[in-house]
Parts: sequence; C-alpha cells; structure tokens
Amino acid sequence: MTLDSIPHDVAARISAVDSQGAHGLRLMEMGLVPGAPVRVVKTAPFGDPIQVCIHNYHLALRRNEARSIQVTLEG
Amino acid sequence: MSAVLNITAINQAAAIAAADRPLNIIIAGNPNAGKTSLFNSLTGLRQKVANYPGVTVESKSGRWAISAEMPAVHLIDLPGLYSLDATSLDEQIASDVLLNHTQTKPDAIIVVVDATNLVRNLYLAMQLIETGRPLVIALTMFDLAERSKLKIDVAKLSEQLGVAVVPVVAKQRRGLEALGRAVANACERDPLPMTGRQAASDLDAASRQSQLIKRYARIERIVSETVETSDAGRPGVSERIDRFVTHKIFGPVILLLVMLLVFQAIFSWASLPMNLIDHVFSGLADLVRAHLPAGIFTDLLTDGIIAGVGGVVAFLPQILLLFLFISLLEDSGYMARAAFLMDRLMRAVGLHGKAFVPLLSSFACAVPGIMATRTIENPKDRIATIMIAPFMSCSARLPVYTLIIAAFFSGRTVLGVISLGAVIILAMYLIGIAVAIVVASILKRTILNAPPPPFVMELPPYRLPNLGNVGHALMTRCTVFLKRAGTVILAISILLWALMAFPRATAGRPSPAENAGAAQIENSFAGRAGRLIEPVIRPLGFDWKIGIGLISSFAARETIISTLSIVYNVGENPDDKSASLVDTLRNAKRADGSAIWTPLTGISLMIFFLLACQCMSTVAIVRRETNSWRWPLFMVGYMMVLAYVASLVTFQGGRLLGFS
Repeated sequence: MTLDSIPHDVAARISAVDSQGAHGLRLMEMGLVPGAPVRVVKTAPFGDPIQVCIHNYHLALRRNEARSIQVTLEG
Repeated sequence: MSAVLNITAINQAAAIAAADRPLNIIIAGNPNAGKTSLFNSLTGLRQKVANYPGVTVESKSGRWAISAEMPAVHLIDLPGLYSLDATSLDEQIASDVLLNHTQTKPDAIIVVVDATNLVRNLYLAMQLIETGRPLVIALTMFDLAERSKLKIDVAKLSEQLGVAVVPVVAKQRRGLEALGRAVANACERDPLPMTGRQAASDLDAASRQSQLIKRYARIERIVSETVETSDAGRPGVSERIDRFVTHKIFGPVILLLVMLLVFQAIFSWASLPMNLIDHVFSGLADLVRAHLPAGIFTDLLTDGIIAGVGGVVAFLPQILLLFLFISLLEDSGYMARAAFLMDRLMRAVGLHGKAFVPLLSSFACAVPGIMATRTIENPKDRIATIMIAPFMSCSARLPVYTLIIAAFFSGRTVLGVISLGAVIILAMYLIGIAVAIVVASILKRTILNAPPPPFVMELPPYRLPNLGNVGHALMTRCTVFLKRAGTVILAISILLWALMAFPRATAGRPSPAENAGAAQIENSFAGRAGRLIEPVIRPLGFDWKIGIGLISSFAARETIISTLSIVYNVGENPDDKSASLVDTLRNAKRADGSAIWTPLTGISLMIFFLLACQCMSTVAIVRRETNSWRWPLFMVGYMMVLAYVASLVTFQGGRLLGFS
C-alpha cells in the first residue's frame, strides 16, 4: 500500500521509501523515514497535493511523490 | 562562575585580537523555526542587508552585543534550510556558508531548533553536530511548547546531543543572555577538524539512505528519552483552522477574498500616499525652477532627475503595502496554504504551487514578484515563472489604462450598470493571465523542458505574525527599493532626459510646433527615433508622437503619460494635466483631418502596453536573478514580438470588423 492510496485520518506506519533520484531523499530528509508513524490529513480541493502529518508536523506533497512511500495500516 | 566568565572573556578578547576582526556567528535553521525573530531580538536595528557575491540571495547581518565583557560580534542570518544537502539556491548558499566553503568563516553556529517540531528540526542540527563545528542550539518557541504540554528535559537533551542547548523566547527576550554565554563558550573551543562529512552527491543513494535513517533513528531515540508529551494525537489548532482554510469549497473562496483585499489595498488605499509623494516631488521641481536660473542644468534637475526619480518613488506605497501583506500572510502560515490550494492548477501549466505567490505579487509590480521566485527549487521552473511574471498587469500599467479609458470609454456602461472601463481593465488582466498560461506551457515544453518538480512543502502551524519582524521586513524593502531608485533609475532618468533634451532646438529655426517644449522634443534624439519607427508602428494605429511615448516608456510604462503631455503640449496646466491630455487626445487630428486617436488605437495601445516588456527595473532584476544577460534579453525580445503581433492583430482585425 502506498501513502497516496490510504484513507484520511487513519494511523499508518512507513515501511519503505523508494529513494530513486533526489525526490526520495528529500522526502526522507523531511522525516518520511521507514518506521515513522504517518497520517493523511486531507486532499487539496483540486485533488492534489495531499497533506500528511509526520513527526507531529504537517507536510504537503503530490500524489506522485506519495506513491514512492510504502505504508502499512496500524490497527 | 564570574571568574570563569572573566577568563572566558579575556581569552575571547585575545582570540579577537589575534584574528583582528569581530567574531562571525551564524544563525542557521529550518524555515519557520523562528530564525528571523531571534536575529531581530539579538541585533535590534543594527542590521544591514547585502547579497552574497555573484548571486542574489540576500544576506542579513548585524551587530550583537553578546555580553558586557566581550566586544560585539558579527551576526549573520542565513536563509532557512532543511538539510545540508541542498535542493534550492537559498539552501545551497546556506549550506556553503555552514560548511566553510565561502569567504564568511564562521567562528560558531547558532542552530535554531523549533521546540514544537523537534524531530524534523533536529535533523539539520544533527548533520551540523556531525561536522564537528562549534555550535549552540537555540530552542525557540519554548513558550508554545510549554503551552502545548510538551515537557522537554533541556539538560538531558544537551547531554545526549553533546552541545549546549538554550531555550529562548525571542519576543520576550527570554534566554538571550544565556545564549550569549553559551556562544562565547563555544567560540572558546577549538573546532574539531572537519571530518566525516562527505558531500552527499559523492555517495550512492543506498549509503545516503542508510545515513539518513541512522540519523533519524538517533534523533527519535533522543527525543523519546528527553521529551514528555501528554496530549499527542489530538488534532491541533492549526488542523482545526485548516478545516476551513483549505476546505474544498471555503478554501478557494477564502483565497479569492484574500486576493481581493490585497488588490483593493494596492489599488485604492495606496493612492493617497502616492498622490502625496507626487505632490512633494512636483513641489520640489517648482521650487528648484523658481530659485535657479532657467537653463539646461535646471531642466536636468527638474525634468530629468526630480521627475524621473519621483515617478518611481511614487510606487513606494504600493510596494510597501504589497510586502506588508506578503509578510503578514507568510508569517501567519497562510502563504503555504495558498500554494497548497493552487498547486494542482499551477501544475496544469507545468509550474509549481510556489509560483502562485510570485505571480500574484506581480500584479502589483513584477520586481518584487520576480524576487519572490527564489523559493522555487527547480531552476527551470523558476526561470519559467520569471519569464511570465511581467504579463501580470502591474500597477504601472494602470495609469495608461486609466488615461485611455478616460479619453474614449468614459461614461459608457455594459448591461446598464457595469462601467465599460471596468470591463476593459478586467479584460486586460485576463488577457495577460491567458498569455502567461500559453507562454508558460510552451516554454515548459521546449527550452525549459524538465520533469515535473517534486512538491514537498511544509505547512507550518498558524501563528500570529510578529509585528516587529514585519516592520523589519518592510524597512529592508524600503531601503533596497530607494537605493535602486537612487542609482539605476536615476541613471536611466538622466539618459532619457538627455535623449529628449538633445540636440537642442535652435531658437531661430521655424518649427511646426507652437511651443518651445514640443519643438524641442520633436527635434531631439527621441523625436527623431519616433519618426524613424513610425512606418513600423503605423500598422498598429500609432503615429510618431505615440512612438516617442513608446520609446520613453521603456524606462517605466507610466512615463508615456508625461511624454505625451509634453509632445501634445499640455504642460501649461499642471494642476489638471491628465484631464487636459484626455481632451487633447480626443481632438488630435492628422493632416487630412482624420482623428489620430480612436477607441481602436486606444485598445491597440493598451494591448501593446500589456504585453511589451517596457520596464528597465524588470530587466535589471531579471539580469540579477538569473545572473546572465541571456534571459532578460530573451524576455524583452519575445515580449516585444508578442506585443507587436497582438497589437497588429487587434488594430487591423478591428478595422476589418468595422471598428474605428
């Protein structure tokens, strides 16, 4: 399951990040590292980007970037 | 304690004497971590803004009276960065300074860490700690952390990280003295040799990734041992505000209202101070004319320098109001939401959500708009945004629109209530936006082709803007703008004046014009150039007098009005210049008795002004921002071709359709 496809406001945990290219590393520098708890907060009005809560702060990223992040649902 | 301090102070003084310069202390940290507030609290008003050599990233520095025993140090505020492995120009500069790759040799680093966002903020701190440079962590927003029930064991955090950690609340000046002592101590210590830091680009992705994961794992372990939180998991105030501000329906509506408010302010509230500045400068010109003997030197002073610089300084209120709103929206956290809302639409034309704010600013003036593109990481995206920014109808076009509408479209309405003038102005704005969209799409598919940039943007918590910081930002803008008015614009004003003042019309020669001023301008270089280009601009509906106006307006668009006033000889009535100019334009006739100015000429001229790059300041800022002449020359060239073709189509097409 990838971060762009999980329902809003459901606790999840990052299992892997595809670090191909610079994008993946930037995502990880921003705290989206394997093992970190993450929650999708909402989708922007025009369908993209999405807002996620990670390490207790909020980050916006496009679905395209979110697709490179593997997650598992907690629960 | 005091003995230790004194020894520190003595050693410090010796170190300074040896170095023969004040100590360089750098403030670094993530964007939105409270760097600027801390910098302002430490330096007060003793700041100056300069550019890093060769690039246009601003460097703010100031004097910090670090303690009573020590001489003041040189404090430098870096652009915000998330990591030493930079992805934008701003980050690259900051990272170079921190890694000692520049002339600025830092003696110690203050890493600003937001106490309410500890894990992410500690990532940069951890990278810096690994370099072994002397550093102190300033834990900002400490009051907010306390209020949100975060209990941070500062002593333990400091012990675990191996560096001094000082909680500060910049606005209340809490912790600043302790920070000074910690920094003085850090300067004492010999920096470890720079080891262990390999540029990330030298490493392959896998080892970078494992480094990164290890770093975060260490941070999370430290944070879990030193921070207690009692209300984790509850949605914060910001998330609840966002339920409205980025709501599917309310979000765009609120954004529209905010934009309307900004425009209202720029276009109507600014007019009072603008008129005031205008009066001051024209009063000054009258004063000079009254007290100096008439002659070429007085002309240079009044018509060249005072009128030229005054015409530009009159835009100061608009620029300040725009920056007031930008800094309020930025500091409150709303700007990131605007980019969040608009990203999908901006992406449709191949641009980044962050391009929205620069383009919006360009409606007031392209110069600050282009400066605001620095936050866009991808250089090609940034250039594409710069290239289309001048199509946003800026405030300097308004006087031109207003003049044409007053002359040819006043008093008419559409559907009985809406004034035709308002519809035409709205149309100009929309045409500008449409052209910008088309040009951006073409550029992004051709010379600026690049994969879609990543959009990874922090949505910082909402905060009340710190009015002190906003004031500082405005002061800085004001100084930078006035400096430019005093140098570049002054030089261009003198040059343009000379083009219109030389060669001198000889008194004995009979002249077709009834007035000395008009005779002079006709005979001048500018006048000759106007006649020279007349065959080229005639298909657009323009005669040589408009040609002179076009040439003069290359310095700044609104100059065309004063030039037309001189060419059409309406300068005798200074109180009511544009009203009489309106009448003159309506009545101007060619030799055969046909009117020179028709409504169609007016529309054609408006289209030309909308699309042509007639603004020296914009060209100068693009030169500075792209660090080459290639882009500004390209911009002037393609906009000129576009303006010409569009005016031609408007005028000839309009005639074919039977308009006049």
